[in-house]
Amino acid sequence: MAGHDAARRAYLDHAATTPMRPDAVEAMLPYLGGHFGNPSGGHHESRRARSAVDEAREQVAACLGADLGEVVFTAGGTEADNLAVTGTWEALSSGPAPPRALVCSAMEHHAVLHTCRALAQRCGVELREVRPDKDGIIDLDELAEACTPEVGLVSVMAVNNEIGTVQPLEAVASMVRAGSPAAAFHTDAVQAVPWLDVATVTAAADLVAVSAHKFGGPKGVGVLVVRYGSRLQPVIHGGGQERERRSGTHNVAGIVAMAAALRATDAERTGVVARAAAQRDRLGDGLLATVDGCSETGRRQDKVAGHLHLRFAGVASEALVVLLDEAGLAVSAGAACSSGAVEVSHVLVSMGLGHDEAASGIRFSLGATTTDEDVDHALAVVPGAVARLRD
Amino acid sequence: MRVLVAMSGGVDSSVAAALLAQRLGPDRVVGATLKLWGGSSDSGCCSVADVEDARRVADQLGLVHHVFNFTAEFEEQVVDPYVRGHAEGRTPNPCIECNRHVKFDRLLERADSLGFDAVATGHHARCQPTPQGRFRLCRGADPHKDQSYVVAMLGQAQLARTLFPVGEMTKLEVRAEARRLGLRTAGKPDSQDVCFIRSDVGRQGFLGDRFALHPGRLVDHRTGDDLGSVDAVELVTVGQRRGMGHGSDGRRRFVTAVDVPGRRVSLGPPEAAHTDTVALHTVTWVDGQPTGLGDAGGPGALAVVAQCSAHGRPVPSTVHRGGDGLLVTFATPQRRIAPGQTVALYDRDHPEAVVGSGIAA
Repeated sequence: MAGHDAARRAYLDHAATTPMRPDAVEAMLPYLGGHFGNPSGGHHESRRARSAVDEAREQVAACLGADLGEVVFTAGGTEADNLAVTGTWEALSSGPAPPRALVCSAMEHHAVLHTCRALAQRCGVELREVRPDKDGIIDLDELAEACTPEVGLVSVMAVNNEIGTVQPLEAVASMVRAGSPAAAFHTDAVQAVPWLDVATVTAAADLVAVSAHKFGGPKGVGVLVVRYGSRLQPVIHGGGQERERRSGTHNVAGIVAMAAALRATDAERTGVVARAAAQRDRLGDGLLATVDGCSETGRRQDKVAGHLHLRFAGVASEALVVLLDEAGLAVSAGAACSSGAVEVSHVLVSMGLGHDEAASGIRFSLGATTTDEDVDHALAVVPGAVARLRD
Repeated sequence: MRVLVAMSGGVDSSVAAALLAQRLGPDRVVGATLKLWGGSSDSGCCSVADVEDARRVADQLGLVHHVFNFTAEFEEQVVDPYVRGHAEGRTPNPCIECNRHVKFDRLLERADSLGFDAVATGHHARCQPTPQGRFRLCRGADPHKDQSYVVAMLGQAQLARTLFPVGEMTKLEVRAEARRLGLRTAGKPDSQDVCFIRSDVGRQGFLGDRFALHPGRLVDHRTGDDLGSVDAVELVTVGQRRGMGHGSDGRRRFVTAVDVPGRRVSLGPPEAAHTDTVALHTVTWVDGQPTGLGDAGGPGALAVVAQCSAHGRPVPSTVHRGGDGLLVTFATPQRRIAPGQTVALYDRDHPEAVVGSGIAA
């Protein structure tokens, strides 16, 4: 494509993963080198590693509005979601009044949705998937209907990963308490951390999952906040680390880096949100104005600052991603399955969009490192790529 | 010239990609693996291992690699008609329908829109430019691996944008080249069977999950005498011999007709299972209908060699217009062609060259 620097790349896929913050890289290096000890041990090397994990736990707890003892380190967001769903269910099932149903939103990330479906099938219990409305906000009337006394777990995400809509967790929590008093309320807050004060927005949840690589930390490390009073069975058994809730030697370097990234994210959030929102609006408004047959999924005021989801009528987003990649722009179309093929988004389908409409959607997700030049580049290359595919 | 090479994860398409990368440079070649099957969006993917093989080969060759999801087209254009065909007593060839509707239609269209000049596949066939600026479609160089039959439906519009890089090679040469380049697919066995039917489920299991299979009576094709029964009349194919036993004269019996609604399979001796003609619909021509092609019973016969299955023996035949398409008359009687099967027609004077194709009525 003419008119732009072929070597230039703009990365607008921060909801998939973010570049690591330099301070997080810096923080983890000693633990990949000389500070190699296993935190579970009785000597100098262990103590040094243990204090690093303890310190990281304090920082993470403070940022997430949790107590030290409520922080469970995991190997990422998916594991945290699995532990929340399966661990809660198993604990409640062995109790005096085993629950008979679980509830989640139909637009959950697969880490929650597929875990709930697997559990429902394995245990022969009912899974109630509550649909969002056409704007991508969970339907509270439908949720109220689903929240009955025999429900043991309700899982509703804080921010949708594909379209960026913020879910009304306070209202959800009230409905859970009112209709399903025995249920635990889990929220997947993986997409919320860069944009929202997680401590505030997840205050009403019993379980909160986050993932380090979505906010400048490394891949393969995450947290499940388990509020005191929650019942949880471990899913991974072994040496009894993390107060018997998650066994396995700590990923010390990853945990330390996650804490550093989380602190930096918290400190810079206000500025990043303001900048990204302006960039996102410029990108969205620009494309909506210049590209025919372009429409926005969901209402912008419902979304976190870095998210923009557009649909280009008559264009296969799978092909658009390829053309934009060649033009130096990284964006995503729906969720990738294990083969790398683009699957039609279950989120868009749950919002009532048809197959073709859902298959024309592109997610632009901005982040802390997004520059105005990145937005310029996207504004320069997207209209031409869409036009080419419509030829 | 930029080429999109369809990489299935097998050895032929791996070598096709390697040859193109050598010829054009890796910057002008992009690999694409098609996800064709695997159920709904929330289930796992099919053959992730094959995708991985394709991706690793592309990496090794320095090619960008994409996975395209054509599951909706595949289900609509290949799987559904396959299922419907069997339910109605036909035996469609899903590989041919996939080539017709997916690889040489949707993929070509995708390649066009992404700015590629051509699509390459690992088929053992040859696409040769003529001095007149047209394209001939010919058998692959390896007579044992020739796949011109499954691409016989291509016309000039597709051939002008299609490359078959391994068509000039024998399978042994393909494997040797893959080994020489150290490609991980060098020793991979050839794919057999229908790609969307798992071997542990089988055709009967696959079809039985999608519609009710019905037991049927076996009857003598002439007298109507009862000769036994079959579990599923929908799984019986015209011309089939396997499982049909022997007649009272000790000779093998063949299926001469399948009547799905009537739940009847007619059997007869070899001569009753043979025919002199087959009518074709969904006719395609590599380079347009030959001028002067006459109607059945009259002059203007086209002299061809007909091939009625993927590895069938070529039969000298003549072709006229007739019915919904063509009437093929064999020089010597042939086993009846099951409805739904494709018949590929080759030039009698240049028996390497495909003239056209049609589907048996």
